[in-house]
Amino acid sequence: MAQTDSQGLAKILIEQEQQLVAEWMANLMSTSSSAAGDVRLADQCTHLLRSLRQAVLTGQTRNIQGGEWAEVRQLLTEICYTRARQGATPRETAIFVFALKQALFSRLRESVADPALLAAQTLLVSNVLDELGLFTIEVYQKGREEVIARQQQEMLELSTPVVQLWDDILALPLIGTLDSARTQVVMESLLQKIVETGASIAIVDITGVPTVDTLVAQHLLKTVAAARLMGADCIISGIRPQIAQTIVHLGVDLEDVVTKATLADAFAVALRKSGAAITRAATAR
Amino acid sequence: MERIPILRMGRLLLVTIQVDMHDQLALALQDDLTNRIVRDRANGVLIDISALDVVDSFIGRMISNIAAMARVLDARTVVVGMRPAVAITLVELGLELPGVRTALNVERGMALLQSENE
Repeated sequence: MAQTDSQGLAKILIEQEQQLVAEWMANLMSTSSSAAGDVRLADQCTHLLRSLRQAVLTGQTRNIQGGEWAEVRQLLTEICYTRARQGATPRETAIFVFALKQALFSRLRESVADPALLAAQTLLVSNVLDELGLFTIEVYQKGREEVIARQQQEMLELSTPVVQLWDDILALPLIGTLDSARTQVVMESLLQKIVETGASIAIVDITGVPTVDTLVAQHLLKTVAAARLMGADCIISGIRPQIAQTIVHLGVDLEDVVTKATLADAFAVALRKSGAAITRAATAR
Repeated sequence: MERIPILRMGRLLLVTIQVDMHDQLALALQDDLTNRIVRDRANGVLIDISALDVVDSFIGRMISNIAAMARVLDARTVVVGMRPAVAITLVELGLELPGVRTALNVERGMALLQSENE
């Protein structure tokens, strides 16, 4: 029974391909704005329909995860990835598949006279296309997750610059919350820079850190301790009044670390420690 | 028996650890070093660990112990040449070597000791 159903469906897919594509595209144009702008839409529809036909001909319509559906899945994956990257919503992506349903239903109604057969074939089409629709959602989700992961990685690299302020003074302006993954990156880049430049003083500026809780404080202290093991003194600067209050309320011990309110103060201390001084030139006004 | 060489430079002693430490070697080093501090009337000890890729809790404790012993004998200890990866590992292990002075390289370490003893 399932075999004859899929045979019948395949026959419609072959014989009425032109009408199907036309109707499908018409449906897409009317429902989805992003699809309308895609010049390759007709191409995509035709391709997908043909590979769908191949898959239906094998009779394996229960499970679209099988090898028979590999080509359909690959085509859909490509289409969804492009859509996701262009910023289409998951709804729009899924509609690409669901729009075919309407087209197929009306074709079926015209070509199949027997009510029982029509019902069976309608069910079959509905099942297959639902599965494919769900598949597009999954792919869309995966595409988005990849985008997020890439952005996180980029942010991680962007947000940890180590700046050389003076011969042996480094500054580490921290922006954003410090979690353990970022602390690791921050620590590594700071220590690496200490080795490269031979700096003996590092200023960790936390002006851009929105909140300091016990965990962030612990991460800061770890960074300071690691820098000390490399023979560099650390100064923590950019402590805002609220953060000073939180630190004390939380009972975080910053006794062993030199702390300054602003980066300028910290820089002045660092210069004095390294034996340098900045003076105003006599001629300058 | 294998021993870690101790070099004298004026009133400073320079120890370069280049092999994997084990109990016997560490005990021998503590013994040798304390003897040399007394014999050479040293007032500073430089421990160079730039050749070590891995510093575990054992070596960490040994370094702390040596520093403490040297302090009792009125000599200052500076650990020099620690690698970034080693520093991160030690901090993650919670071994922050309290009471041990550190410097980036031998030159800096020596300058640190000399400025203190002046």
